Amino acid sequence: MLETTVHEIETASELEKIINENENVMVSCGRMGPMCIPVYDAMEELKEERPDVKFYVMGFDTPEASPIRNAPMCRGFMGLPFNVYYKNDKMVTATSSIQDKEQIVSVMDQFFA
Amino acid sequence: MDEIFDVMILGAGAAGLAAGIYSSRAKLNTLILNEGAIGGQMVLTDEIANYPGVEPTKGYIVANTMKKQAKDFGCKIKSNIKIAGYKLEGNIKTIELEDGRSFRAKLVILASGGKPRSLSIPGEEKFKGTGVSYCATCDGDFFTGKEVIVVGGGNSALEEAVTLTSYASKVTIVHQFDHFQAFEHAIQKAKKNPKISFIMESELREFKGTEVLEKVSIENLKTGKLTEMRIDGVFIFVGYLPNTDALKDIVKTNDRNEIIVDADMKTNIPGVFAAGDCIVKKYRQVTTAVADGTIAALNAIEYLRSSIKTI
Repeated sequence: MLETTVHEIETASELEKIINENENVMVSCGRMGPMCIPVYDAMEELKEERPDVKFYVMGFDTPEASPIRNAPMCRGFMGLPFNVYYKNDKMVTATSSIQDKEQIVSVMDQFFA
Repeated sequence: MDEIFDVMILGAGAAGLAAGIYSSRAKLNTLILNEGAIGGQMVLTDEIANYPGVEPTKGYIVANTMKKQAKDFGCKIKSNIKIAGYKLEGNIKTIELEDGRSFRAKLVILASGGKPRSLSIPGEEKFKGTGVSYCATCDGDFFTGKEVIVVGGGNSALEEAVTLTSYASKVTIVHQFDHFQAFEHAIQKAKKNPKISFIMESELREFKGTEVLEKVSIENLKTGKLTEMRIDGVFIFVGYLPNTDALKDIVKTNDRNEIIVDADMKTNIPGVFAAGDCIVKKYRQVTTAVADGTIAALNAIEYLRSSIKTI
């Protein structure tokens, strides 16, 4: 279990439901390491500031996270967390490794506009 | 904006959180403003094994406990903010944020800590997460059976190189000097490991590749010769810089941009203290940061109480 107030997705079917039911979704798929925690912290702030986006985390090591781990946009990623962004049910971009709040906002402004 | 805090602490790493615990426990109205993740460099540490009285524990757990302690004593914490301006002269100090908010306090403790130093060479940002990493325990398993470089010569570089041998088929340490700065036991452990080789008196000059990192160019500092090396990953552990870029023209700093303080953690500005990795000091450990934060807070409390008596 990831220690953050951002909701943790437990299953692939839950992930699919969330993507289907929400226009803009960000999921950070990671562990509890030094590259992941700052991303979760930023998401905790952003979930209050950006009601237009739904924020979630998911454990990297669960088999249920394979849709993210094996996504074509994540090919070549070798840094945790994998941060993926969905718009209208489609993955529109993904980033690897630590991102600060400003970088996350920049991605959202570009792809969720 | 009308509220004037007794103490405003800039930074929520070990020094800032310790200062927050002491200040708020003394019933001072305390605010911590933090630009990054709460916990500072503690969160960058997979395991803290040498904090007296605390068994080896994940860095983020130690940080979370300190945060909880500070909050339980009434300390307010705002994180993921960006500071736009500092007004530290006078009896009331003001910190302005990029989002337009500002906060005021009678005293300020600067505990902005340090940030990992990058190599600042071409390709470093491009290949972050696709071959360039700053955390062996986070990303080591992506390099199972592959060849990696570790850049650095201190304890982190040597220890993380050994960690990486659990995954990589080969680890090459590249270091700018002809000797290491790490503790002797860390050096010996790395030298004894058959998977680790060394390229000394050399520096990386560029990361290259298309979608992912494929090779690096390395310069021999003695001969000036540049060579290219095919590599799957590079882990960078080259120390920390003080987070004082915005402060160096405001408070007195040395030529390394570290804030100059006296034994009471006072800076050159009345009512402004500093603590932790951002100050001039020899040893940067969690324990020394906590000590600095404690001293700064206790002196801040005394300063405030003596100013009230003077009125």
